Amino acid sequence: MTNTSEQILDIDTIRKDFPILHREINGRPLVYFDNAATSQTPKQVIDCIVDYYETKNANIHRGVHSLSQIATDAYESARETVRKHFNAKFAHEIILTAGTTHSINLVANGYASILKPEDEILVSAMEHHSNIVPWQMLCQKTGSKLKVIPMSHKGELEMDTYKELLNENTKLVFVNHVSNALGTINPIKDIIDLAHGVGAKVLIDGAQSAPHIKADVQALDVDYYTVSAHKICGPTGVGMLYGKEELLNMLPPYQGGGEMISEVTFEKTTYAGLPHKFEAGTPNISGGIAFGAALDYMNDIGFEAIAAYEMELLKYATSEIEKIDGVEIYGTSPERKTAVLSFNIEGLHPYDIGTLLDKMGIAVRTGHHCAQPIMEFYKIPGTVRASFSFYNTKEEIDSFITALKKAKSMLL
Amino acid sequence: MSSIQERQEEIIEEFSMFEDWMQRYEYMIELGKSLPLIDEKHKTEENIIKGCQSRVWVYAEMDNDQVDFTADSDAIITKGIIAILIRVFSGQKPEDIINADTSFIDEIGLKEHLSPTRANGLVSMIKQMKMYAIAYNSQQNNKA
Repeated sequence: MTNTSEQILDIDTIRKDFPILHREINGRPLVYFDNAATSQTPKQVIDCIVDYYETKNANIHRGVHSLSQIATDAYESARETVRKHFNAKFAHEIILTAGTTHSINLVANGYASILKPEDEILVSAMEHHSNIVPWQMLCQKTGSKLKVIPMSHKGELEMDTYKELLNENTKLVFVNHVSNALGTINPIKDIIDLAHGVGAKVLIDGAQSAPHIKADVQALDVDYYTVSAHKICGPTGVGMLYGKEELLNMLPPYQGGGEMISEVTFEKTTYAGLPHKFEAGTPNISGGIAFGAALDYMNDIGFEAIAAYEMELLKYATSEIEKIDGVEIYGTSPERKTAVLSFNIEGLHPYDIGTLLDKMGIAVRTGHHCAQPIMEFYKIPGTVRASFSFYNTKEEIDSFITALKKAKSMLL
Repeated sequence: MSSIQERQEEIIEEFSMFEDWMQRYEYMIELGKSLPLIDEKHKTEENIIKGCQSRVWVYAEMDNDQVDFTADSDAIITKGIIAILIRVFSGQKPEDIINADTSFIDEIGLKEHLSPTRANGLVSMIKQMKMYAIAYNSQQNNKA
């Protein structure tokens, strides 16, 4: 097949970096289209983890010995890589966490002692459960009100209603940069500016945007931004909370323990400065270092090239799937979303489709994608979600379409 | 009336004739279409087996010391799986259902559905059916 994609990225070379892409599932070559759940890991990142345990392993920030210093340098150098990637002003504004969910809970917990009953919190209708539940818990604690920014049938946020919902009581706004179930790219710059207009702070959940879009936290003027490393070719169990320095200084610590203290007596503990105040205990050291390696890997390929190539995959998949009778695609047009194809086939349950695709070596996600309010909105039990990454190919999309037709003929 | 053991052996033999997964699943889809359907009035919240992916209802009635099961699901493969379970368990004595070994699932190539993370919850379905049997069994014992 001749296509322009080969000019954008050298896919054959890239695919050689991912050992897992060469395995078989149920006797068929693996076609991995569940990238929105977790991305695969290139050998550069795997090697980085192995190298850490083979040559650098020591506890960080406290040892006087050289190995501890080597490990600390590697960890702090990864934090600097993350800072640079997201263009934070200071490295200490980057809190290395266990991932997006942990980051969100850290902020929500901090506001429990700040919010008052008359305060209001806004969340969008297309949030992942991890960006709904912590705020519900926060509202239970503080008595504050949780309000929802609605979405349209096209899967886009209704900005006019958002403007109406904002008022002087609005203290916090939470929106994902990209919806995990639909792939919609939300107009976060407008959302942030409007919120700031009433003095509210904004947390943007970047879990689904980070693999496709390089966010500049200073240009966005965002207050908090969260990311999970495992969605951007990094390991699981590590991620980032970016917060503006003055806000992170204001928030109380999340967990008590080692690392996060300055001085401890039984009468009083004084907390360490940023970022250590929020990094109690021994962190995921190898994970943090590998997070940096993952960003380096993706930046070497280039986010613009990645986004352009993935858009081509999405457009191709969309046009091919639309040829199948009874297919309904959820969410907006390809130009306004990341490489996520969320769909159903009339008369078929997503679970049945997913089960048969799996037997043919194709990994997709089925179900409500931890975004039940969206499924409730469309009155469906769930969708089949195929999500593409820069290491996928049009040939894999062809296999997926063939398998989908086979599944449909078996089920109908 | 054949025993649970005999019915399981029958099913194992049927499935052994299939050469590949596709024939197995096509057969399961067929079985799903012939599932003894639950009466709409029993499709209640309490008869639902909670799963992340597809909804499953199971209902049981006692008839002459034997338990009769009916069920439904919105996913056809799940219906096929319940149809297999119903074929094994329906019309059996509560005590036999409680003591039944269900390792035949493994032998017919459906082991993947036994995983507790698998959201259609074959394990939960078996558990629910055994719960019904336990309930009817204690009812019988109380009468005796």
